Amino acid sequence: MTATTATARRDDTMVSSLPPRPTPQRQFSARPLGVGLVGLWLSVIVLLPLAALTVTSFGDGVSGFWDAVTAPVALASLAVTVGLAAVVALLNAAMGTLIAWVLVRDDFPGKRVVNALIDLPFALPTIVASIVLLSLYGPNSPVHVHLNATRPGLVVALAFVTLPFVVRSVQPVLIEVDREVEEASASLGASNWTTFRRVVLPTLAPAIISGTGLAFARAIGEYGSVVLIGGNIPRRTQVASQYIQQQIEIDRPVNAAAVSVALLVIAFLTLFVLRVAAGRSRRREEESS
Amino acid sequence: MISVTGARKSYGNFAALDDVTLDIPAGTLTALLGPSGSGKSTLLRSIAGLERLDAGSIVIGGQDVTQVAPQKRGIGFVFQHYAAFKHMTVRDNVGFGLSIRKRPKAEIARKVDDLLEIVGLDGFQHRYPAQLSGGQRQRMALARALAVDPEVLLLDEPFGALDAKVRADLRQWLRRLHDEVHVTTVLVTHDQEEALDVADRIAVLNKGRIEQVGDPVALYDRPANDFVMSFLGSVARLGGQLVRPHDIALHRSRERAQSLDARVGGSPGVIEAVVERVVRLGFEVRVDLRADSGERFAAQVTRAEADALDLRVGETVYARATQGPDVTETEPALAI
Ligand SMILES: Nc1ncnc2c1ncn2[C@@H]1O[C@H](COP(=O)(O)OP(=O)(O)O)[C@@H](O)[C@H]1O
Ligand SMILES: [Mg+2]
Repeated sequence: MTATTATARRDDTMVSSLPPRPTPQRQFSARPLGVGLVGLWLSVIVLLPLAALTVTSFGDGVSGFWDAVTAPVALASLAVTVGLAAVVALLNAAMGTLIAWVLVRDDFPGKRVVNALIDLPFALPTIVASIVLLSLYGPNSPVHVHLNATRPGLVVALAFVTLPFVVRSVQPVLIEVDREVEEASASLGASNWTTFRRVVLPTLAPAIISGTGLAFARAIGEYGSVVLIGGNIPRRTQVASQYIQQQIEIDRPVNAAAVSVALLVIAFLTLFVLRVAAGRSRRREEESS
Repeated sequence: MISVTGARKSYGNFAALDDVTLDIPAGTLTALLGPSGSGKSTLLRSIAGLERLDAGSIVIGGQDVTQVAPQKRGIGFVFQHYAAFKHMTVRDNVGFGLSIRKRPKAEIARKVDDLLEIVGLDGFQHRYPAQLSGGQRQRMALARALAVDPEVLLLDEPFGALDAKVRADLRQWLRRLHDEVHVTTVLVTHDQEEALDVADRIAVLNKGRIEQVGDPVALYDRPANDFVMSFLGSVARLGGQLVRPHDIALHRSRERAQSLDARVGGSPGVIEAVVERVVRLGFEVRVDLRADSGERFAAQVTRAEADALDLRVGETVYARATQGPDVTETEPALAI
């Protein structure tokens, strides 16, 4: 037994005697031009507008900002928006993963067409989605499903425009999944469901989380697809973007900017938290040397 | 005991397994040996239930498992590329099969620790697979497969992804492990040296068929055909017959060669050849020769013999086979 262990350990020593690998960051740090260009671009495209927006939102001081955000109708629109976005994000997490699974693992006629269809919500002006949904589920619904000016109607519209996010982030990861790992799990006695839950899902988790985060962020800010079918009923179906639009129309730019900043903060925090979560589950698989 | 009877498996109209019948006695370490694409993995995966046979049956331990799912076959499977659960620690990897079976935590922990000690990974319980070397990962995979007390252990080129040194060590280690654990083991390999080194029995596969089954000595000394002979060990082609290079004797005098050759039955006769190269390989010397027919072959002689012959490049010698399996050509020439 002792001899067995001694020989078996031999390759361990070979590994630990390797020189330490240089960290990748060190090799790419000396790129002032690239960093400068990226900084400039992000400033012009992202930071400056956001800064301007924030300044506008505080145009009536801190209390003005607070009043604008906590006005009952504003608060209700934010609550509706976040609530619907959360529902749609969770729906996407489940359905997007399922769609990606079917597209990668199953063969059926017309698979390529379906695969191409997934990206259509990206290509279509979202107002078109609204028109289509209105004619399908509106007052003159040919299928007698009336979702006009209801929250389910909003969910359908938001689900439509956020369809690609989870599908497209899970698909490439699923393609790369090592089938032998699943076979190993089966050989150890795990049912297909157990294998999915304990072996495949943890591998897909970072992709599902990041896709879900993007879908959530998109749903929070969505305007075009909900503008017709949503009905814009304050406290019921009015989403934040519609409230903002309304405030601009009645010439209350500070209110509009304040609610925008609130949306921005929610979106940023969500993306940040999800990014940390995805990073954590991914890191466990990588070397922590 | 594993019995495969009349196994057939086709991909399109390509037969990966062509009527394979094979018995693997309980407690043995049997190697499935054959060139790449000969159907070894297909056969092993069929035993595991990871492939479905088109025809034929598989019996493990007296139970017909042909229609049984891999989960219920009582097998342990080890893959060439480890198939580690990357998001689990070494402990959770090895304990996976037991936790599926809902064993108590304490029992799992004890069994996992025991196995990790056996495979020499004690103290690595909390590492992730990415923090292990290839050899360590494969030993973890082996412990994982053994944890569920499988009836049979199936290994598909388990050392194929490792470098030569680690491979040779692990091979020896596997043999010793098998002597301790005694689980019926089937090892797939394309490396004849590996098969000869570790296996009690070798089944040689070629083009989806079993060419010969036997213990390593029998296969080496009494190969059933040219394919087995050339796949196990090196061969030289002498006057249309395959012989082992170390079974070729070289002489300076044609008369002496002929008189000695007359005593060997079924020999290919004495071949006149020109020395093209003399290579010293430690104790042995390899002599590359070209027959007057233009055919090239190599003879392996001891250093003493080579010194006595005092061979120089360009000189003529007379070669004869001292022994051989007495195989005459039954198949088209095999490139080796
Ligand atoms: N899933 C598959 N689809 C098509 N052909 C396959 C498949 N699996 C194996 N084959 C073919 O079957 C033959 C035997 O494969 P395999 O059993 O993997 O050989 P080996 O393990 O001996 O190298 C090969 O020619 C391979 O190309
Ligand atoms: Mg193979």
